[in-house]
Amino acid sequence: MFKIVAKRQLAEQIFEMKIAAERVARAALPGQFVIVRANEGGERIPLTIADYDVEAGTVTIVTQTIGMSTRKICALNVGDSLADFAGPLGRPSEFVHMPLEELKSRKYLFVAGGVGTAPVYPQVKWLHEHGVECDVIIGAKTKDMLIYIDEMSKVGNVHIATDDGTEGFKGMVTGLMKELVETEGRKYDECVCIGPMIMMKFVCLTTKPWELMTTVSLNALMVDGTGMCGACRVSVGGKTLFTCVDGPEFDGHQVDFDEAMRRQAMYKNQERKANEEHKCNCYGK
Amino acid sequence: MANKIPRVVVREQDPKLRAANFEEVCYGYNEEEALLEATRCLNCKNPRCVAACPVNINIPEFIHHLTEGNIRAAADTIHVDSSLPSICGRVCPQESQCEGSCVLGIKGEAVAIGKLERFVGDWSLDHSAEVEGLKIEKNGKRVAVVGSGPAGLACASDLAKMGYEVDVFEALHRLGGVLSYGIPEFRLPKDRVVAREINEVKKLGVKFETDVIIGRTMTIDALLDAEGYDAVFVGSGAGLPRFMGIPGENLNGVLSANEFLTRVNLMGAWDPEHSDTPVYVGRKVVVVGGGNVAMDAVRTAKRLGAEAVIVYRRGEAELPARKEEVHHAKEEGIEFRMLTNPTEILGTEDGWVKGLNCVEMELGEPDASGRRSPQEKAGSDFVIDCDVVIMALGTSPNPLIASTTGGLNINRRGCIEADEVGTTSREGVFAGGDAVTGAATVILAMGAGRKAAKAIDEYIKSK
Repeated sequence: MFKIVAKRQLAEQIFEMKIAAERVARAALPGQFVIVRANEGGERIPLTIADYDVEAGTVTIVTQTIGMSTRKICALNVGDSLADFAGPLGRPSEFVHMPLEELKSRKYLFVAGGVGTAPVYPQVKWLHEHGVECDVIIGAKTKDMLIYIDEMSKVGNVHIATDDGTEGFKGMVTGLMKELVETEGRKYDECVCIGPMIMMKFVCLTTKPWELMTTVSLNALMVDGTGMCGACRVSVGGKTLFTCVDGPEFDGHQVDFDEAMRRQAMYKNQERKANEEHKCNCYGK
Repeated sequence: MANKIPRVVVREQDPKLRAANFEEVCYGYNEEEALLEATRCLNCKNPRCVAACPVNINIPEFIHHLTEGNIRAAADTIHVDSSLPSICGRVCPQESQCEGSCVLGIKGEAVAIGKLERFVGDWSLDHSAEVEGLKIEKNGKRVAVVGSGPAGLACASDLAKMGYEVDVFEALHRLGGVLSYGIPEFRLPKDRVVAREINEVKKLGVKFETDVIIGRTMTIDALLDAEGYDAVFVGSGAGLPRFMGIPGENLNGVLSANEFLTRVNLMGAWDPEHSDTPVYVGRKVVVVGGGNVAMDAVRTAKRLGAEAVIVYRRGEAELPARKEEVHHAKEEGIEFRMLTNPTEILGTEDGWVKGLNCVEMELGEPDASGRRSPQEKAGSDFVIDCDVVIMALGTSPNPLIASTTGGLNINRRGCIEADEVGTTSREGVFAGGDAVTGAATVILAMGAGRKAAKAIDEYIKSK
């Protein structure tokens, strides 16, 4: 059992939790994820690590209530425990293995969308701690849905985009990217994008003509998360790879996003049915 | 003198009923039946069954104890060589091992050694016979075991009996490895058999920790250095599923047998009242493959309400699955399409499986391995309509441990290189089971775990 030591609501339907998981905290690196099971009988679901604190022995996860399992996780409170919290899984972001001198000369543009802002944070923070300053675009539908603005501002140069213009640039993140790159003429060596699949697809379409290498972090369906089931298969450059062990980060220009989105919806009908049947008491407490 | 009666028929659940539930197919012998079947054994001077058993259980001796009604003595005999008789009695391929070499089988029917082992194993669990009264003197040394499947369980329990402090690390949330995620409830009951067998290991003082992925959460190097273990046994299994590499394999509705069985067994999707994990079978499922895992998958699909078909590229005689599983599958109404090989999975416009394109095969000349290799019959293409295709083509070891452990050699197939007793290229690290051999059987993994336990004991004593 893994105790929840802190919890706060970041936006409507988005919750941050700090979990006591000493070993995971000690081993975690940017880019990795954990498999979480809220309770006995619950699903194993992958969540990208949003932060980790080796000294406190905690790992931070940010969850958006999109289905029954994420609702069950978010319904838990400080003092409650998650049944399972296994990780860190997947390969860390490539930059953690780069020679520091080479890394320091590189310019990164991070593009974060919605709840995907959380897993961008440990990457930008890691780079900041290693002397690399990055531009970070954070996008959301509207001002109230923006998360991690304060945290991110401490470690990177934040640019905000909202679809409705209630904060920062009015429009999609791709519009703001064009402004930075095409209008302001900023140069980058790599773009790292984490957000909804559809957003990552369009960010990749945007960076392709710029020949800007773009790394994406895929949130495929998984069962075990350790390479055993293959539910997370994704086509990258025409090859089938497993998101859990070969990723979760891939060269976005090689990813077949349409297939990935279709595969993500594999259990949608069953999930919808389960949601309807689930007598929700998640917000009762 | 042995009793010249026919083999005692084991009671089984009615095929029509069981094809729609997950309760155990085979009820096993009761005491009366077991003691009667035991009288058939000739107690051969030169018992071929013992030589054919991968762990050389003294079969005539335990059966002889049964004829005398001394079940405890029978259990003691088995426990000398096997730590999981309840499990092996259910899942061992007896027809190609002990029973396959039984003298009685030449002219008639072999002694039902597997069913007798199961009876003794279950009795032993009911009476906690293996650990009862066992006095263990702790020796102060610590061993870490990676994986709680058959190899790890066997290694851990032997080491604990020798006085070692043993910690078992399991990556998943439930113990048992393939016994939990792979083999279905109707063949190997989880609470009644697997959990109780593991409980016996716990009674020996072995500690288990779930949710620890060795290679990620902690490395083997850390276990030996920071965590201070005197040795490590790696029994991490062969969990990586293979696919065919044919067009359409990433359509929605194509999955590995591992995924399908994990959803149903480990995650409990067969019992939606108590599980949130979904599983989709549609109207008709085709399982590609002919091994035990293929049989488990196809029979599971049937139980979930689908029409279920096996497609296998060789002939029925070549099916690698246990005969009993094939027989049970047929009784349950599984369709077998032999000498059939898929060439492409066909999809609907929105990317869901709608059919499997296959070709007919014929067996050619025997190849180097002596098996007749299947060849395509030209122009024999045909389509099987289906909604789900499950690939049961075997598995390989997970590269995670090898890639995160310094000095640990692996072979071309991704298996950890280890000798007969589990010694690897890395000092203090031993390995056994599917992680070394590639996907094999429970009994071989268990045997490897026990041999490694002995080798670990010798290694630590010699340090």
